Amino acid sequence: MHRIYFDNAATTALAPEVLEAMMPFLTEKFGNPSSIYSYGRESKMAIEAARKTVARILNCNPGEIFFTSGGTESSNTAINASVNDLGCKHIITSPIEHHATLHTVENLEKKGIVRLSIVKLTDKGHIDMADLESLLANSPEKTLVTLMHANNEVGNILDIQAVGELCKKYDAIFHSDTVQTVGHYPFDLKNTYVHFINGAGHKFHGPKGVGILYVNENIQIKPLINGGSQERNMRAGTENLYGIVGFAKALEMATEHYNNDSEYIRGLKSYMAEQLTHTFAGVSCNGDTNGRSLYTVLNVSFPKTDKTDMLLFNLDMAGICVSGGSACSSGASSVSHVIKALYNGKSETMVPIRFSFSKQNTKEEVDAVIEKLKDLI
Amino acid sequence: MELKLPIYLDNNATTPMDPRVLEAMLPYFTEKFGNAASRSHAFGWAAEEAVDYAREQVAKLINADPKEIIFTSGATEGDNLAIKGVFEMYASKGNHIITCVTEHKAVLDTCKHIEKQGGEVTYLPVQENGLVDLAELEKAITSKTILIAIMYGNNEVGVIQPVREISAIARKHGVLFFTDATQAVGKIPVDVLADGIDLMTFSGHKMYGPKGVGALYVRRKNPRVKVTAQMDGGGHERGMRSGTLNVPGIVGLGKACEICMNEMEEEGKRLSILRDKLQNGLMALEEAYVNGSIEHRLPHVANISFKYVEGEGLMMGFNKNIALSSGSACTSASLEPSYVLKALGLGDDLAHSSLRFGLGRFTTEEQIDYTIKAVSETVIKLREMSPLWEMFKEGIDLNAIEWAHH
Repeated sequence: MHRIYFDNAATTALAPEVLEAMMPFLTEKFGNPSSIYSYGRESKMAIEAARKTVARILNCNPGEIFFTSGGTESSNTAINASVNDLGCKHIITSPIEHHATLHTVENLEKKGIVRLSIVKLTDKGHIDMADLESLLANSPEKTLVTLMHANNEVGNILDIQAVGELCKKYDAIFHSDTVQTVGHYPFDLKNTYVHFINGAGHKFHGPKGVGILYVNENIQIKPLINGGSQERNMRAGTENLYGIVGFAKALEMATEHYNNDSEYIRGLKSYMAEQLTHTFAGVSCNGDTNGRSLYTVLNVSFPKTDKTDMLLFNLDMAGICVSGGSACSSGASSVSHVIKALYNGKSETMVPIRFSFSKQNTKEEVDAVIEKLKDLI
Repeated sequence: MELKLPIYLDNNATTPMDPRVLEAMLPYFTEKFGNAASRSHAFGWAAEEAVDYAREQVAKLINADPKEIIFTSGATEGDNLAIKGVFEMYASKGNHIITCVTEHKAVLDTCKHIEKQGGEVTYLPVQENGLVDLAELEKAITSKTILIAIMYGNNEVGVIQPVREISAIARKHGVLFFTDATQAVGKIPVDVLADGIDLMTFSGHKMYGPKGVGALYVRRKNPRVKVTAQMDGGGHERGMRSGTLNVPGIVGLGKACEICMNEMEEEGKRLSILRDKLQNGLMALEEAYVNGSIEHRLPHVANISFKYVEGEGLMMGFNKNIALSSGSACTSASLEPSYVLKALGLGDDLAHSSLRFGLGRFTTEEQIDYTIKAVSETVIKLREMSPLWEMFKEGIDLNAIEWAHH
């Protein structure tokens, strides 16, 4: 059976070129980067070259990039450091953040270490900027604002510049979970007021098990993981050498082809949204699909019926890979926290499906999925 | 066959990946790339199945239940999760941790961190042979003690701690026992049940598997051990370690464990013969000393000091042809003498003149012959240029000399 993979927000296939770049480091170039002989030095050089590549693409200093085991570790590091090392006693976040953020801040609140504020959303699921400003203005304590750049379930994009300006105005620390946008968005960190962003290789055809944390050079934090002096004392543990090399290569490729790829993928998304809303009665798009929205993610709701109730299952039987929400919560059969937050009260009558695309998808695949949906509904 | 240089003899720092491990991983990079947490399609299930299979492979090697295996990004994260996780989870029981001075930095730095959080840590000294004194250990236990953290095999000298005796003491006092077994798992039989281990960390890249992946064993029965997660998120790994699973890495770790399971015994025998040959060859030099217990030692490790030889010169003498380390890889870029060797009672001079030989699966007898020759020649050459050596040979007691201070 030919499978159609429309779940690229969960993870993407590793690009063959990335694997090729990783291969030497999976075989003969295996040295521990901390070792001082030739094997170690060539490993160290590969890591520093990767760091420079990443920094150049995000327009920041190599010294601001730290390699981690992935997006979750990076978010945990940023949030905990803001509280432990930067003196934040108040955290502002949104109800539609990834669990790596939400559970981390909830935990800090539960321990009584911070006060937690949840910013309001607009009808389209964007951050209510007026509410954010009022929360900031009324915060006597040092505040951390942690808001994701692009939502992993509905694709809504944050106006990162505008939020950054507000944080600057109120002297707040700003962390943006950019896991869905690193590799899918032209960052310009030197001209963005943000203290932390994070990325995960496997979201843009790079390897799993590796990510980055950008830490603005104007702040000093302590590591989340203690041990050796790797990553300039910021992240202990023998480096995931091949993963780091793969991360940089994948980011390089994503950047090189960004204009063409993003246009192409956006085309697939709009085409699918159009086909869905034209073909099926009662289908609606979740989030700000045609506005400030990431080109890779399309989230639509089917009205709940006996047939649509089994939609995820039946799509899977037909070899069509989509998701009901994020991968991390897709085990649960209930509607995700994001959809609930956006469509409070209505969400029980909806069957939300997330279609997320990559450059490897085609218009023919979209047509095939629409045809299959016609059979199923 | 001509000998290919450089010879890699630093398998305690990292090991080359076994080609069979890479072969097992490859499909999970490109075709079977699913997110193991995706429950709505076949890509996700294939990934989850692969992770489950790897979990069984890992569990089998250490005689654990697959449910007791938490995948991590490596041994350092495992050390952090075990120690901080127990410290937080058992806070109501106490705040005291016992460890020892020759532990890996990942344990020592984490304990330092715990002290800043209000914890109390006892750093046990070791005896000259590198082993902890069991009576001292038992004496250190108080009513507030929640954890004993003692490594299985030492990364610098290869000394194997009396794990069963330690766990018996821990059990007797109702204290949990955590061991960093990064150097031991896959090299010697490690059995969490027979050894009485409650928590144990190890990593892929020390046993011919990939970097960036490791496992933490957390006992589920007698007693049921729990750790507080140090990274929150999607609730992966039964809530103890969130983050998208590194599927190819985990598959690689599983395969690496399976290979070790099948070949460890033979390999251990082969390597200990080679190691002994190397050691005997080098001990033929005058004033050479093996550091740490010879009896209780990993089969592939020898740490030897060559008195009256400058450590730096020693490394440079064959640096291009033999890759090895004069201390732990994590600190060998610095010129500080190894804290492990100092803890064994070595003076700066002997600590500085030490070399760590870590043999591995791909080490050959030809390489060992070459190494004996190259190291011996370098030591002899350096000594010929050394005034200290000359004085020693003339029978002057160097310790009796009062050196003029500059």
